[in-house]
Amino acid sequence: MTTQPAAVVRSTRRRPPATLLVGAALVLLVVLAALVSFIWTPYNPEQAFPADRLQGSSAAHLMGTDRYGRDVFSGILYGARITLLVGLVAVGIALLVGTPLGILAGMRGGAVEEVSMRAADILLAFPALLVAIMFGAVFGASTTTAMLAIGIGSIPGFARVARSGTLQVMSTEYVLAAKASSQSAFRIARRHVLPNIAGMVVVQCSVSFAIAVLAEAALSFLGLGTPPPVPSWGRMLQESQQFLGTYPMLAVWPGLAIAVAVLGFNLLGDGLRDKFDPKLNGGR
Amino acid sequence: MAIRLLVNLARFAVTYVAATVLVFLFMRAIPGDPAQIALGVNATPELLAQTRAEFGTDRPLIVQYFDWALGLPMGDFGTSYVTRQDISPLVLDRVQVSLILVVLAMIVALLIAVPFGTLAAVKHRSPGGILVSGASQLGVAVPNFLAGILLVVVFAVGLGWFPANGWTAPAEDFGDFLSRVALPVLALASVQGAILTRYVRSAVMEVMSEDYLRTARAKGLGKMEALLKHGLRNASIPVLTVTSVQLAALIIGAVVIERVFVIPGLGSMLLDAVGNRDLLTVQSVVMVLVAITLIINLVVDVLYTVLDPRIRKAS
Amino acid sequence: MARLSDTAPVHGGPDEPLLRVESLTVSTQDRPLVSDFNLTMSRGERIGLIGESGSGKSMTTTALMGLLPEGVTATGSIKLAGHDLDLVGAPDQQLRRIRGNDMTMVFQEPLTALNPLMKVGPQVAEIMLKHRTASSRAAASAKAVELLAGVKLPDPAEAAKAYPHQLSGGQRQRVMLAMALANDPALLLCDEPTTALDVTVQRQVLDLILESVQQRGTGLLFITHDLSVVANICDRVLVMNNGQVVEEGTTVDVFSRPQHPYTRGLLAASDLDATDADGRLFTVASAGGYTPPAPDHLVDEVPAAAVHTPGTGAKTTETEAPAPTTPATGPAEPAGAVVVGPETTAPATTTLDAGAPVISVKDLVRTYQRQRTSLFGKRTEVPALRGISFDVAAGQRFGVVGESGSGKSTLLRILAGLDQPTSGSVRVAGNEVAGAKEHELAELRRQLQIVFQDPMGSLNPRMRVQDIIAEPLLAPGQKVDSARQRKLVAEMLAAVGLPADSADRFPHQFSGGQRQRISIARALICQPRVLVADEPVSALDVSVRAQVLNLLSDLVDEYQLTLVFVSHDLGVVRYICDNVVVMNRGQIVESGSTEQIYEAPRHDYTRTLVNSSMSLRAELAAREAALSG
Repeated sequence: MTTQPAAVVRSTRRRPPATLLVGAALVLLVVLAALVSFIWTPYNPEQAFPADRLQGSSAAHLMGTDRYGRDVFSGILYGARITLLVGLVAVGIALLVGTPLGILAGMRGGAVEEVSMRAADILLAFPALLVAIMFGAVFGASTTTAMLAIGIGSIPGFARVARSGTLQVMSTEYVLAAKASSQSAFRIARRHVLPNIAGMVVVQCSVSFAIAVLAEAALSFLGLGTPPPVPSWGRMLQESQQFLGTYPMLAVWPGLAIAVAVLGFNLLGDGLRDKFDPKLNGGR
Repeated sequence: MAIRLLVNLARFAVTYVAATVLVFLFMRAIPGDPAQIALGVNATPELLAQTRAEFGTDRPLIVQYFDWALGLPMGDFGTSYVTRQDISPLVLDRVQVSLILVVLAMIVALLIAVPFGTLAAVKHRSPGGILVSGASQLGVAVPNFLAGILLVVVFAVGLGWFPANGWTAPAEDFGDFLSRVALPVLALASVQGAILTRYVRSAVMEVMSEDYLRTARAKGLGKMEALLKHGLRNASIPVLTVTSVQLAALIIGAVVIERVFVIPGLGSMLLDAVGNRDLLTVQSVVMVLVAITLIINLVVDVLYTVLDPRIRKAS
Repeated sequence: MARLSDTAPVHGGPDEPLLRVESLTVSTQDRPLVSDFNLTMSRGERIGLIGESGSGKSMTTTALMGLLPEGVTATGSIKLAGHDLDLVGAPDQQLRRIRGNDMTMVFQEPLTALNPLMKVGPQVAEIMLKHRTASSRAAASAKAVELLAGVKLPDPAEAAKAYPHQLSGGQRQRVMLAMALANDPALLLCDEPTTALDVTVQRQVLDLILESVQQRGTGLLFITHDLSVVANICDRVLVMNNGQVVEEGTTVDVFSRPQHPYTRGLLAASDLDATDADGRLFTVASAGGYTPPAPDHLVDEVPAAAVHTPGTGAKTTETEAPAPTTPATGPAEPAGAVVVGPETTAPATTTLDAGAPVISVKDLVRTYQRQRTSLFGKRTEVPALRGISFDVAAGQRFGVVGESGSGKSTLLRILAGLDQPTSGSVRVAGNEVAGAKEHELAELRRQLQIVFQDPMGSLNPRMRVQDIIAEPLLAPGQKVDSARQRKLVAEMLAAVGLPADSADRFPHQFSGGQRQRISIARALICQPRVLVADEPVSALDVSVRAQVLNLLSDLVDEYQLTLVFVSHDLGVVRYICDNVVVMNRGQIVESGSTEQIYEAPRHDYTRTLVNSSMSLRAELAAREAALSG
């Protein structure tokens, strides 16, 4: 039957979990940097040493110093903390609001679905960065507004993933069987829907985290994120701009840090998707 | 098909109106009186009252909302409380700059993504395909402003081929326009191209496993021939969806890139207004950006009906 | 250019075999999928390739077409008449000239096999343009319409302008056939071409394929799991199991004198007209006692479905309810002897009939409203059930037969309280479904449970078997502690013949047949009075089908259940049910005892349905009759 060649292709296509491993390793690197910054940084990242301005890499300053003589390496370590904090809170908001909304829309259908999906449509027209700019205009720039804005901007993604997964699960015969033995909607959601969409939602978390890292960097770059003097990768990049001709490495280090974090979460998401997808198909 | 268009138009209208309400309410959430901010703390009560009347902020909120919202589609955005200038001509001027950037970037991105994404799918086991996949994965991880900065480091500062920033209108001096637009467009398009390459790749991979491609092969068509004649149009449907989402992302991405390259587009206008706490301008520019996004979605939906007979039939 | 020299007969002429496959082996990197496959086919010969899922039959044809998926390789040799070339290992460029021209293929799933964005006419024309068998685009289009007319599509000119989604499943398969025949190939490969189609459509498409290849003298290699289809269409058969051909011979020989135990098992399990000494269907395990249909018997017995199985005592040993479909029943009684109507039940069941019916359906109407396509437009109404009435007595085995779109699934959902009727009344075990609130349906659902069709989709992949089977015990109003739950699940596992340690495993660790047993265990754990089975065996391999049917039949007796059995497969319904309603387009067109419906159908639709459905014995008999006559 036609499924046979497909099955063969699938079994031979099963990649070793390289993406998963590399992604996890990169994410771990960022997490480690953030954790280390709590107990140790080579210098106080906020302290300026005017005498040591704009130095290149050396034993004393692994990544050199910026225009105020602050240690770049210390800033990078500390910046990981801000990046992860913003990502965690933003993804947390989107996860906690978007997922139940999506499940509700997928399970109830009708007016509930129409309204929540239109709401998601409206939110979709406001990307995280735009929401953050509005927040910045009204409340002034801060880490909190950045987290909130990115979180709100990420809600539709979760709602959509949760809804489409829920619709898929709700159309299965095992949900029909559960309904045929009078299981309550809540129990169906808990026993059938949640476990089966968990994989997709985890993938969405990873992908959204990458987007949050990018958005936070962009906000800091525009001066709408974490205010100085607390170091953040985006602002370090922005401050490097006027020294591009003379000290390009000032742009390279924070740029590299952002890229590593985003790459890590993206690869992790890809790896997780490969891991979860076949089972989802099996439950079709 | 006409019915589907009407439904979409209606949805567009609902979403648009809801967005105006949201933006208006949100921007009014700020504490403080625009007249007071404009005049400073030492203003006399008479002057304050007079300024309020001038701004129209002495009227009920609902009246202010309708005044603003009904003016929008006419291109009447009101007068800035800060610069005391009419916002409309400035927006119309700036929107052209931003649209040029976005449209050029999307075209370049698609020119990168379609061939490379297809290649990566067809040769997904060979070194070439893996290389493209890896490169796109890296490209996605680079924020566009970082790409912009790196391009400046290499091509403006290093090689001196292009100016590092600034803008010239195409009508003014086309050669200069090209040299100034090249780097910002490339910065936007490289990242966008990487994202789209990944989507094109997965869409083509999906299509390659479809039964009708096997049918085409069974008819005697070669692998590439079958893919080109039967696969690409099918693959274009999911790619179109992503393109519309990415266009919206690109419009916001342009805000940042305009900052990097000091380009007088909507983004710069928006950020300047945020800096000056010029709320009416922020409010209006945000609405213009949202409206553009919604219009793109509308247009893409029409394209679906052209591409896919199944949708055409459904209405 | 090269084509001309290729098609010129190289040597041998008409005696040369059309296709010669020698020691073909298909394998992935780690294991062989097909080993040492040999086949010689003469021109115009029709050969069936039989096997269950995973037997390697599809892989074999894919290898013949040279379309193996990446990572799968073939060795051996494949020679097609008129070509010197060995198709194994030949460059794709040369194979392309053969594919679609000398050798074509029809696939299983007609919807996905056609390009959804291209009109049907151009898709047929393309194959002629590709091989330059039509002089121009216009000529190809004209020929395409002609071909569509040839496969009996109504209004072929209009059909050519249609997109695939605008055609029905059967029509799409006709388009595929038109495409495959366009260049008058010497060899046609068909991979389960009718498996996805309705019974009546299947018959028409099979007839069309047979007619087409006979007219043109095309060689046919027909891949299927369905033995009766092979008996209908093929002269010779190959039986495949685990990638190897276990038996080969003429259709009549193989089916009446099977040599290999696997063939024997497959035959026994497929033959719904034969039962063992206990009145149960033969399974692969009990195939030893099975006597294949003997050719000489077949010819005499023209109401072929009613065959005395020689050698076995056909009398059932069950005391109360001899299954009316046992072979002993003999030819039909005069139609008048059976009174039609829901009140009448087969004699066997009247003894069980304890007064009031368990299920009583009156004037049931269900109309769906299709989604509005505009905000202000009218909703279109789609009638699924147009006023049906019937009763099911306690202990009855009640069959509901119908094709897709007949409304049988809607009926089932309403019976289970999963959907509400638009009007009419449905009472199940004293509970009214129409207008019932959710909590009022709990009692009904305790009395009625369902076994679903898809053994993959009906079990939550993330739950352990223990939790799956115990789920109905968690319904509101049930108070069963976890120790008792475990005990009940263990009992049910034993009842459906699964090992006790299955409870701690996940569904993906079981085969299709085992999963269906889990499904049955779940349905029976809270001891319902009514069991509704929705096509419970149609997704299963033949050899497993008989086991599940036997199990179902045993459990119905053991637990004194009333069975409602929904199926499109008349053979299966005939074996298991004693009363049947036939549904078509939301209406019951005929109802009565199984024997009456099958032997003396009164309604035109029933007659078409009965005539279209194929049983192994009937097809073999027809083949014998044709050979001797």
